[in-house]
Parts: sequence; C-alpha cells; structure tokens
Amino acid sequence: MSSAAYGDSATAAKLAPQVRMMDSPLAVSPKEAPVRFQISHLDFFYGSKQAVFDLSLPILANKITALIGPSGCGKSTVLRTLNRMNEMIRHSRFTGEILLDGQDIRRLEVAGLRRRVGMVFQRPNPFPKSIYDNVAYGLRINGYTGRLDNMVEHSLRRAALWDEVKDQLHKSALALSGGQQQRLCIARALAVDPEVLLLDEPCSALDPVTTAKIEELLFHLKDGCTIVIVTHNMQQAARASDFTAFMLDGKLIEHAETSRLFTTPSDPRTEAYITGRFG
Amino acid sequence: MSTTATTTIAHAVPPEAGPRVFLRRLRNGDEVAHVLTLIFAAGILLITSLLVYELWANSHLSRAKFGWMFFWTRTWDPIFDNFGAAPFIYGTLVTSVVSLLIAVPLGLAAAIFLAELAPRRVSDALAFLIDLLAAVPSVIYGLLGIFIVVPLMRTTLGPALKGALGFLPFFSGPNYGVGFLTAGIILALMVVPFIISVSREVLLTVPREQREAALALGATRWEATWQVVVPWARSGIMGSVFLALARALGETMAVTMVIGNDPRISASLFAPGYTIAAVIANEFTEATGDLYLSALIELGLVLFLLTFILNGLARLLIAATERGGGRPA
Repeated sequence: MSSAAYGDSATAAKLAPQVRMMDSPLAVSPKEAPVRFQISHLDFFYGSKQAVFDLSLPILANKITALIGPSGCGKSTVLRTLNRMNEMIRHSRFTGEILLDGQDIRRLEVAGLRRRVGMVFQRPNPFPKSIYDNVAYGLRINGYTGRLDNMVEHSLRRAALWDEVKDQLHKSALALSGGQQQRLCIARALAVDPEVLLLDEPCSALDPVTTAKIEELLFHLKDGCTIVIVTHNMQQAARASDFTAFMLDGKLIEHAETSRLFTTPSDPRTEAYITGRFG
Repeated sequence: MSTTATTTIAHAVPPEAGPRVFLRRLRNGDEVAHVLTLIFAAGILLITSLLVYELWANSHLSRAKFGWMFFWTRTWDPIFDNFGAAPFIYGTLVTSVVSLLIAVPLGLAAAIFLAELAPRRVSDALAFLIDLLAAVPSVIYGLLGIFIVVPLMRTTLGPALKGALGFLPFFSGPNYGVGFLTAGIILALMVVPFIISVSREVLLTVPREQREAALALGATRWEATWQVVVPWARSGIMGSVFLALARALGETMAVTMVIGNDPRISASLFAPGYTIAAVIANEFTEATGDLYLSALIELGLVLFLLTFILNGLARLLIAATERGGGRPA
C-alpha cells in the first residue's frame, strides 16, 4: 500500500504494475488493452455445491465488462471472488487461478487487495454517518495522511454527486435518496483510488432516471479504473459495457465485445437469452 | 352487488354452524379486540400508579418528619428513630456501577465473539447456556459469593488489588472479604448473561451489507466489527446495559449475602456497605414502630425513583447518540 497510489486518479493507470496480454481461448480482440484480471479455470464451491464451473475470463483494463445471465447463474459469485469477499461465507472455496496485474490474488494480503479492488453493492449501504465521513472512511482506515477535504471533494465529483451535496456534507448519508446513496457508495469506493471497481447489480433498486445517471457516470469513470458490472438487465449491459460475458448454470457461455454479443451471438443459448426466450 | 355479497356470506356460515362460529365471526370483533387490549394495557398503567401511590401514602410519617434531609442523612438508627437514606443510596449506586464496569466489557467482548467470530453452531449452543445462566435464582449466586468470591477476595484478590492499586482510596483500608467490591463482582456475574444475550442478538441483526461495505474498502475484520457493526448495534447494546443496570439496582438476595449489611459510606470498595433493596428485605419484618416502617417504605420509593430517573437518563442518552448517526429506527 504505497502512499503514491493515493495520488490523483489519473495516475492510477500509470502506477499499475506490469500486465500481461491474455492468452485465453476466449480472447476477443484485445486492441492493445492490457489485462487487469485474468481468471483461469475457476471452480467455485459453496460447501459441496459447485456454483461456478471451469470459468476462464480476461477483464481488460479501463474497459467496462458486464456479467449477464439469469438469476443463480453464478455471476455474483464470480464478481465476489475477485475481491475475495466470498471468504466471508463459511465453507466456500475456489480452485483455479485469478491474477490481478499478474499476481495471484490468494497471495495478496486481503485488505490490500480490497483496497485495490473496490466494490459497490446491490442495495445502497452507506454507513449511518455523515456524507463526509462515509467518503473519508476508507481513507482513514488506510492511514491516508493528506488533506481529507480534497480527496472527499474529488471522490464526490468523480461520482457526480458533489453539486448535490456540497452544502450538506455533514448531514447523515441516510437522508439522501436511493440514487444519491448509491452514488455516495460509488464515491466511497473511489476515495481509496481502486484500480478496479466491482458493481453487483448497482441499479436494481433504482428508478430508470437514476439508473441512466449511474450508467453515464460509469462511462466517465473507466478512464481511471477498470469496471466489472453484474446486471440482470440486458439493456443495461448493452448500453453501458464494452465487453459482455454471458453465464448460464455456473458456466461461461460466451464472452465478446458487447456490440457483437448482442448483434451476432455465436452460441444459440446466448441468442435465446438476449432475445428474451428465457431468464 | 349487495345480493352477491349476502349470498357469499350465507355460504361461508351455514346456519347449522352454531354459536361458536357466530362468536368467532362477531361483527364487531375488531372493536372488541380493541377494547380488550386497551383494558390490559391500561392495567399496566394502573398497577404502576397504585404502586407509587401506596409507597407515597405509607411513607407519610417518614416524609413528614425528615423531609428532603432523608436523602442526605447518613445515620440509620432504629433505637432513636433517626433515619437517613444516604448510605443505602450510595451502596446501591456503587455496587451497580462496579458491576457494570466489570460486566459491560466482559459481556460486549463475549457477544462480539459469539456473533462475529464463533461458528454459528458454537454460538447458538453457548447462547443457550448463557440464557440458562440468566435464569439461575439469585440466592444461588449468593451462595456462590459466600463460598467462593468472599474467600477469594479475602485471601487472593483483595491483597493483590491492594498491592497493585493500594495508593487509590478505593483499594485502601481493611479487607474483610465482604463489601462493595464483592457485591459488585457477584452482581456482574448475574447481569453479564443479559448483556451477552441481548447484545449478541442485536449484533446478529446488523445487515451483512454494512460489514461488507467496510471490508470492501480494505478494512480488517476487526475494523469492520468495531467501527461499523458495533456502532450500528449501539442502541441495542445500550438497551442491554440498561436492562443489566435495572437488575443490578434492584437485586436483593445475592447482594445482601455478600455486602456486609453495614449502613456506612466508605470510599474503599473493600468496606462493607448496604443497599436499599437489601435493607428493606432484612429489616421489614423486624420493623417495630410506625416511623421505622414508614422510613423503610420511603426507601422503597427512593429505589423506585432511582430506577425511574436512571431509565429516563438512559433513554435521553440513546436519543442523543442516535441523533449524531441518524440510523433509521
């Protein structure tokens, strides 16, 4: 956790360690984009029940990757494996390999990994503290010694929330609307300047207008970090992502550039799903 | 429209169903339930008011004679009919505070372990045992005090405390084994199950998302527990502490067995003392003379007021801390 990593968000990409090009059989025209996460042959188990089967997937840096599929297909499990959040669940384990910038995530210190890989949850979950303290929380626990005020403002601006809350930073975060709370949670995650931002159905509890705001926000954010978004909303995946991975029953069915996956899917099951024949 | 409705009801209640069905489907059932529950709820209020009235009326003699001085007088002299509540109020407060000082950290730590760290099966099994512990009659705790804590205080714990902290007034003076500290320890043992049991339940209700939000920002498990989970459960934990305080204030049997029963105010925690509940239990049957009896009843009134005031303060405290965080109720 070097203090340099806290600098201006624009430097995050420069600070990223060596990356390697993907060598997955699912390689989809990388276009010089480096691989941030490389998932190889991931099998995930809850106790004796297997939830993910032999999944390999590259996550390209500074792109938005969407994971889609019907409920229970394992997309959230995959997402929560990337920052080892599943370790909270007893008797869960995975085999295979997940590399973050070429390093095995199991060899990384877990708190450090999670600082580098931020997460936004399905339901907005601000702490019952002030707006300011919510954003500052991650900075404080990570021992940030610079000007908190600047980082809080910067993060709120990146989350497109600054103008709405700048006069009430010390009010309770729970007084905000649902959409504002979710953007606050994004700001909170951005404050520690993560390399990757994981979003687990971030708009499922929000109305269409707020959803559009968050999608636009993600589009601007991808310059500074890599985004992985789980969604059950195919329109959202089609609108907001660069790459889409379609999962079914714990298996990766297809992974391609979003425009291609939604126009000319190569697998009949993908086609059936995106045309609304099931799920 | 109305014909249809009538037909439906007629089918639902066949005429041969008899009076039981009629009662169950009483047309004004809602109103009846409303009145009945209102009566029961009002009963609670009535009992409380009666209690206060009886204490107030029967302590008339004592109140007339001593007035407000009853609170400050340090003597308790049945022979010359001179009564004051100060030593008993002091003893009640000191033993309760000592017990909470011991029980709160202990109980909170145990609750955190059971809710956050222990495997669920271990946690449930231990919680069951702890609930059993809360149901043990207080006289058993008194025996535990007499046979274990008093000798331990006399031979080991007391001398050790005196050696380490003897320069403080709390740990000076002669140590008989019985006294404020022993009573406080026994009380702590009695109230800690309440704190553990209620706090654990409250901690288990903290949404998983709160914990995960902290972890996802790079918090360690301990940071997530201490900075996010515990504050979220704060008002419930405080509730458990005030439940414990209420029990400690009113506890009679176990305390009277180990406190020494001596109406004195001493800075030293080793010194024997007395509590309101203990003196009422010990002297009520022997109270000769109307003034003596009246003074004991006024002590009961004081204990009631004390509990009432501390509960009120507790609620204010919870309200004040809630305002800062602003968690929805």
